[in-house]
Amino acid sequence: MSIDRRSFLKLSSAAALLTGCSPMLRAAGRPKPRVVVVGGGYAGAAAAKYLKLWGGNAVDVVVVEPSSQFVSCPLSNLVLGGSKTIDELTFSYAALRKNHDLQWVRDTVVAIDPEHKKLILGRSDFGYDKLILAPGVDFIYDALPGLESEAARKQVPHAWKAGEQTVNLRRQLESMPDDGVFVMSIPKAPYRCPPGPYERVCQVAFYFKQHKPKARIIVLDANPEIVSKKGLFTKAWADLYPGMIEYRPNSVVVEVDVAGHTLMTEFDSIKGDVLNVIPPQRAGIPAQLVHANNVDQRWCEVDFLTYESMVVPNVHIIGDAVSAALPKSAHMATSQARVCANAVLAALTEQPIDTSPVFANTCYSYVTDHMAMHVANVYRYNQAKKIMLSAEGGGVSDAPSEVEADYARYWAQNIWSDVLT
Amino acid sequence: MKLIAFYRIPVLGILACISGSAFAQTPQYSPHIQVLAASCAACHGTDGNSVGGTPVLAGLDSLYFIRQMKAFRSGERTATVMQRHAKGLTEDEIVGLAAFFSTQPRVAGKLPPSMKLEPSHEH
Repeated sequence: MSIDRRSFLKLSSAAALLTGCSPMLRAAGRPKPRVVVVGGGYAGAAAAKYLKLWGGNAVDVVVVEPSSQFVSCPLSNLVLGGSKTIDELTFSYAALRKNHDLQWVRDTVVAIDPEHKKLILGRSDFGYDKLILAPGVDFIYDALPGLESEAARKQVPHAWKAGEQTVNLRRQLESMPDDGVFVMSIPKAPYRCPPGPYERVCQVAFYFKQHKPKARIIVLDANPEIVSKKGLFTKAWADLYPGMIEYRPNSVVVEVDVAGHTLMTEFDSIKGDVLNVIPPQRAGIPAQLVHANNVDQRWCEVDFLTYESMVVPNVHIIGDAVSAALPKSAHMATSQARVCANAVLAALTEQPIDTSPVFANTCYSYVTDHMAMHVANVYRYNQAKKIMLSAEGGGVSDAPSEVEADYARYWAQNIWSDVLT
Repeated sequence: MKLIAFYRIPVLGILACISGSAFAQTPQYSPHIQVLAASCAACHGTDGNSVGGTPVLAGLDSLYFIRQMKAFRSGERTATVMQRHAKGLTEDEIVGLAAFFSTQPRVAGKLPPSMKLEPSHEH
């Protein structure tokens, strides 16, 4: 046994010299290195799939995800607009698990012991060689007095993680008086899906225009201006929904009076029939448990060649939880997942690593049920600055169009197929 | 032609890699091209096997791929979004992607079936 091990190490070192990457010692007692992926959203699902697609039988991959279903945030604003149902955006993990031989654990992370490379779940423990956290975002309610209780958070939903909350907000819009007021608050950037709140305004306006044309929308934006696709959204609101939308920049909600249906900003109080508060966000709880959220205690600083945490060795972070001057989008999450999967495989096996990652991001926003527009960029690793920078040629649509709504649909179909089958 | 000349060199490199690869099921590409090509999956499916109305890139003739990407870059072929991606890539990357996609087997991409949201699904 020890001879075998020594020969193995020798071979591995020889391979390392040849390929320029270092193999890692395997944890004793396990035949293969084990990678545990926490989170089955876009980032986690993509990481798990590509680890197996590229790593084959060289690694065991365990996915830990508390939910039984995948519900897509992209396209979920269309549920509010009425052109999609939540069931059309809800999927099983069965195909992904089966097609790629993933060990799937439906459980919640209780603690992480990075020193002993151990993950403690509600019902079991797992040792790991590499841990990939794709924890998504956690909402920060500390600065939103009035929304402490679960009941309050149902009455004033965020609808910023698709599922029950999306259905809840849609029902509230349906039962709102015909001349009612919908008030929505947007947190300071960075938050998940930069153009998402403004797309939501379009979708709620689209619903109102057809069913409640006297209704109004007040947007309280904590940012000084529209964060993404500004010119396009401003024009879409004016052209498609004239007189319906009142946009107030620099409006930070500081308190919520749930019973009084009122949002308080520093200088004002705004009453509405339906309130939608998108809270400020930070890296999801698993990242907080291991103290990887070292940037403002919110986001995780990573090495952009490996997505390994800059503060916790052997723990990699991908997706919306990462601190980067990159949009927190689903496409970005899957791209980060694949750079990470490649780097993790390089560290555990003799596979070579990509030392200059380049990836694309395409993000569509719907302004009606059949018109959409994009923002698209290629991002390239900058060796000197050690960050991902936008390459030449990126930008946004000239105008929303029907053809781009088709492309948005194809985007959704393909990214679902990519991460879920 | 210049186009043909710069197209040939990396293909030879790829052929050389095939024999030395650790995982022999599929030809091995540089990790850079493999990771970059996977980034196209959001719109063009896993390994270029699109399930939607976007073109299937798997098995696409590499010279055609290169010509189209160059046409997107120059504006000779108009597009809504592809010009943004084509302009962000180097010529070597376009050639590498062309070689990668041309050797991917065409398989029918699968769409996961959607299903009813379980009432227990709560974040």
